Amino acid sequence: MHHGPATDWSKDKAAPFKTRVGIWMFVLYAVIYIGFILINTFNPKLMGSDIGGLNLATVYGFGLIIFALMLAFVYNAICSAAEEEINGRLDDEADEEEAA
Amino acid sequence: MYETSGWAIAVFIAFVSFVLWISYHFARRTKTAKGYFAAGGHVHWSVNGIAFAGDYLSAASFLGICGMIATYGYDGFLYSIGYLAGWIVALFVVAEPMKRLGKFTFTDAVDAKFNSKGIQLGAALSTLIVSTFYLIPQMVGAGTLVTPLLGLPHWLGVVMVGAIVVIIVATAGMASTTYVQFLKGSLLVVFSMALVIVTLYNGLNTRPGEDRRQPYPEFRTLPVSLAEDGTLSVPDSPFQVVARQASGKLEFAKLSNDNHTSWWRLTADAEGKPILTEAYWVTRLAAPVTDSAGNQVSALYNGKPITESKPLQAGHIETLVYQGEKTDKAHNLGMLEFLASVKESTIVRFAKATIKDGDDAVTVYYQNPTSGRDIMRPGLKFKVDESRGATWLDRMDFASLMIALFCGTAALPHILIRYYTVPTPSAARKSTIVAIAAIGLFYMLTLFMGLGAMVNGVVDVTDDNMSAPLLAKSFGITLFAIISAIAFATVLGTVAGLIVAASGAVAHDLMDRFLNMKLSDHNKVVAGKAAAIVVGGIAILLGISFKGMNVSFLVGWAFAVAASANLPAITMLLFWKGATKQGVIAAILVGMFAAVGLILLSPDMFERYGLPRTSAPIALNNPGIISIPLGYVTLVLVSLLTRRKAPEPTALVQEAVGL
Repeated sequence: MHHGPATDWSKDKAAPFKTRVGIWMFVLYAVIYIGFILINTFNPKLMGSDIGGLNLATVYGFGLIIFALMLAFVYNAICSAAEEEINGRLDDEADEEEAA
Repeated sequence: MYETSGWAIAVFIAFVSFVLWISYHFARRTKTAKGYFAAGGHVHWSVNGIAFAGDYLSAASFLGICGMIATYGYDGFLYSIGYLAGWIVALFVVAEPMKRLGKFTFTDAVDAKFNSKGIQLGAALSTLIVSTFYLIPQMVGAGTLVTPLLGLPHWLGVVMVGAIVVIIVATAGMASTTYVQFLKGSLLVVFSMALVIVTLYNGLNTRPGEDRRQPYPEFRTLPVSLAEDGTLSVPDSPFQVVARQASGKLEFAKLSNDNHTSWWRLTADAEGKPILTEAYWVTRLAAPVTDSAGNQVSALYNGKPITESKPLQAGHIETLVYQGEKTDKAHNLGMLEFLASVKESTIVRFAKATIKDGDDAVTVYYQNPTSGRDIMRPGLKFKVDESRGATWLDRMDFASLMIALFCGTAALPHILIRYYTVPTPSAARKSTIVAIAAIGLFYMLTLFMGLGAMVNGVVDVTDDNMSAPLLAKSFGITLFAIISAIAFATVLGTVAGLIVAASGAVAHDLMDRFLNMKLSDHNKVVAGKAAAIVVGGIAILLGISFKGMNVSFLVGWAFAVAASANLPAITMLLFWKGATKQGVIAAILVGMFAAVGLILLSPDMFERYGLPRTSAPIALNNPGIISIPLGYVTLVLVSLLTRRKAPEPTALVQEAVGL
């Protein structure tokens, strides 16, 4: 559970790449979230439209929560791969080595 | 009013004992400032992620959102969506840079580039103000919970929470707080899932009390005749109409039968014939009466002294449609089947109206049959539909709330300090993802818990905050005992996190850095513990003073203040090289005071002052749509005006974002 002292993470060469990916993913999610606010604000009746047995409000709402989770996993996979490729090893592996 | 249960008390005591043991266990290992304020900086990311969930899923989430969904349907779920979406900002924008820049507090990160006294003071003040606004509803929620759980008065519940939290924080700071939050976050998600599984298995029923010890009231309907002169009578019935009162477009009648009076709503049946539908009512007496135990009481529930009455629980399905067919009950439903059935059915919610009965004020909680289609889309709480009278400002108010929820999460000081408990930026990222998974799952469950409460006759019409625990109670006292103890732990965990954030702001930001007191490591821990005790004491006083205030009201306020004061400073510092220290200070102060000022001048607050809502100079209740952009504009303008004096970005800030 304890990882020992922190590594010298200030030398994370993958940081610029991870920051750029994060910003683009944030923009993508923000656009979809703003779309949700706009429909609720200016055309709430549209939210009552049927989609299967549910309606748009339910599908969009659950969709926003599930999409956030999916994006988070994709982001982590991209960042972990970048850390391994650019820094040569994963941060956590580095921790464990130092702790050992 | 609520019956206490030995089971509930036993589970509660066991839980609190375990929490105190955790604090004792970690106290021996917490000797340094890093240990106290950041749990040594080596908590595993998976533990930290669940602890994030424990921090974040406060009383407002569990009690407030479930209660709001139970009362207003989908509009309550909008809070769940907004609260979860805010984590996207935390993950993609602030998680790793905040970890790289900071040491113990959010102020460290904001001040990393400039080492400015002004930023240290502004950010510490912002931490204290946001934490205080967040603390009040948690403490009020604690008092609300112990009343049905342990049968204690509100103030004693607040004092108890305050005392336990001060012990947790003052013994082992962030270490014990982290593991208490881990425990609470895990239990909350697991037992919410259990509650939803039982709710779905139980299904939907037009007579929710059918298979319970305490049957659901019948809520009778009486045909009435309305004479040409407007006289109302109940033909072929022992009921006599003794009074009629109007509240806006609604009409109510007071009936008498065998010396017992009751209030009914005058409405029309499907054919347009006048009928009376039975209601619940609460009478605020001008002159107190004495109950059977000799106590003076000034409120009657359904005509009985409040001390001798049961809670007024209600909410049922009038017409149940399952798989396209009308039916009386449907058991063992899937998640989508449950939502589809609610959408196609008609549900009786209870709305309230206030009328006068002589010198007494009567609040009538009347049956309000609502189409499931309206319940499952926005509009019952938030005025957004133009065809139902929503104005342009009403819709801006709603958009403003949703923006504040989105932007507020990543700016909450008690959330930001959790990035310093893990060893690396990648661990900060991974713990945020675990948090999103746990919190996202919980928020999806809130829709089922809230709707389950709405249709199962359990919502206390006088206070919807207890909807989720009361839903659990309808399925058995054991589940209620566990859910209530977890709800109490929800408050403990969040309050502990807030007090750690506030004590860090006082001991580290203000005393050590701003006042330059050069505290030794040991003295910084002592100062942090002393600050925790003082903040805990203040929280107890505030919790008692604000009794009865809506739990979710001040949380929305805290989000708006945090987003307005902190988010412009954090994001612009990270992503705009032109930001100057004067710009950051101005943005924090302008954002903070604009948000607080706009709320103090809002219609909701004017109503609380006892003034007409229309006299409020600002028509918005949610300030985010004005105060957040104002924070950004202030930062940019002041930075441009003071740019010549701006230092080059330090290597640390460049490393933090890598751009």
